[in-house]
Amino acid sequence: MTQFITAVLTSLSSGAIYALMAIAIVLVWRSTRVINFAQAGQAVLTTYIGYTVIQRTGSFWIALVVAVVSGAVIGAVIDRFFMRPIFKRVKSGPIVMIAPVVATLGLLGIIQAIIGFVWGITNQSIEAPVSTGGYKIMGTVIAFSSYNLLVLVFVAGAMLLLTLLFQRTNIGLALRASAYSPEIAKLSGIKVDSVRTLGWALAGAFGGLAGMLYIPGYFLYPNAMDLLLVLGFIAAVIGGLESLFGAFAGGMILGFAIIFSTTYISPKLFFPTAFIVLILVLLVKPAGLFAPKKNRGA
Amino acid sequence: MSLIVEGLTIDHGAIRAINNVSFKVPQGQLAAVIGSNGAGKTTLLRTLSGLKEASSGSATWNASPILGKRAEDLARSGIMHVSDGKSVIAELSVKDNLALTGLWRKDKKDVKAATNEVVELFPILGQRMSQSAGSLSGGERQMLAIGRALIARPKLLLLDEPSLGLAPLIVEQIFQTIKSFVKSMNLTVVLVEQNAMGALKIADQGIVLNLGSVVLIDSAEKLLNDPAVRSAYLGF
Repeated sequence: MTQFITAVLTSLSSGAIYALMAIAIVLVWRSTRVINFAQAGQAVLTTYIGYTVIQRTGSFWIALVVAVVSGAVIGAVIDRFFMRPIFKRVKSGPIVMIAPVVATLGLLGIIQAIIGFVWGITNQSIEAPVSTGGYKIMGTVIAFSSYNLLVLVFVAGAMLLLTLLFQRTNIGLALRASAYSPEIAKLSGIKVDSVRTLGWALAGAFGGLAGMLYIPGYFLYPNAMDLLLVLGFIAAVIGGLESLFGAFAGGMILGFAIIFSTTYISPKLFFPTAFIVLILVLLVKPAGLFAPKKNRGA
Repeated sequence: MSLIVEGLTIDHGAIRAINNVSFKVPQGQLAAVIGSNGAGKTTLLRTLSGLKEASSGSATWNASPILGKRAEDLARSGIMHVSDGKSVIAELSVKDNLALTGLWRKDKKDVKAATNEVVELFPILGQRMSQSAGSLSGGERQMLAIGRALIARPKLLLLDEPSLGLAPLIVEQIFQTIKSFVKSMNLTVVLVEQNAMGALKIADQGIVLNLGSVVLIDSAEKLLNDPAVRSAYLGF
């Protein structure tokens, strides 16, 4: 029974982190139709910035805020000065689909190299701001701590804020319109380029949050978020790549599938499970579980 | 205030879509651009609204140049383009579609007033506010697309095939509505249409395009009444 409870709680907190990364990927995909592989680099870079802030101030909370804000700034800068010029120059042919994605891969390498130069490639660690010791249930210690709970609360809060932004504000409407139809948005007078940059900034902020919440359980090194990028990408695809709720649900589904298969069958199933879930979803619903409905075909 | 197009040439890669086109639409007038499929009508409008680059020539609205400006800036300056294919965002609600052209406007009171006017003009939109635009019929989508443009309080309206794919009765209704608000709002309009008869009936001026070149410009009335023109270019 405690094993089951532990599995459920751990699934939630793992899924929440995958969801953050998936949301970051979906935000960029929706605003610019680019799969941003550099997201892993951006997230780890902002986590290093957070790490440095902790070294200087000793406060995880200040570091968290700095990491999220710098994540947003880095995302905006990448779009404005790196992606936008590429889109301006590469306009036709099959290269249009490939060039931006390859560019983000290159960017991932560049960012990781820069991190190596600045911080070195040895493992660093970030101490969690609250206890990472498991709670006790009926006398047994379970693998779910105050820190896991904190992660859950933060991810839920971030999701709520993002949903409110998208559904209740003018900026959110501009973001949605620009994602669904950049042309109609432009013709309506919306500055689509700026809105796209905002999408990258939001994604960067979510990446920063994901890094700061994920790393305390692991080590910080230049490639520390590569695995999370893959899982976030899988979660995003499961959710339909277009939908923020889908990304969240995809992260949670992945969290439950991975934790349950590794707890009850074999720890070796971590990676296979992720891909089995992905393949199953693609076979049953190729557009993803939460792809938006288009129209009645008129 | 008038739209003046001079020597406009537009290329699609190696293909010349619009060749040395010149015309003038005075303030408050409706010009119908007619011609068969592939005549370059849509390309012309996309260039005037900033979606496509011209190869040479000039276009000015109210004496200021249009070409080379960004679509969103032209939209904000009062040039509204209702593109073809019933340009609504299917995933958004009717209300959100209408709100798009009011997002950047400072005068929120006027946005509200303009929205009310649009709902008066197209009452069906008022009943469908919370529905997704994708659930609307073809005619309703066209009303939504036009309504969205009107909320920006445009001066120059570029309409691309508003009759496309609509039932004859609805086409008649759309044309009559366009005629009525164009007069009451003192709009200048470039209306691109394959339905030449319907368009010329509500137009002041007719511009006949063939394979990217202007073959005829005259008052709509003359074009409608000239049997030679009718059989050669209008097909009725």
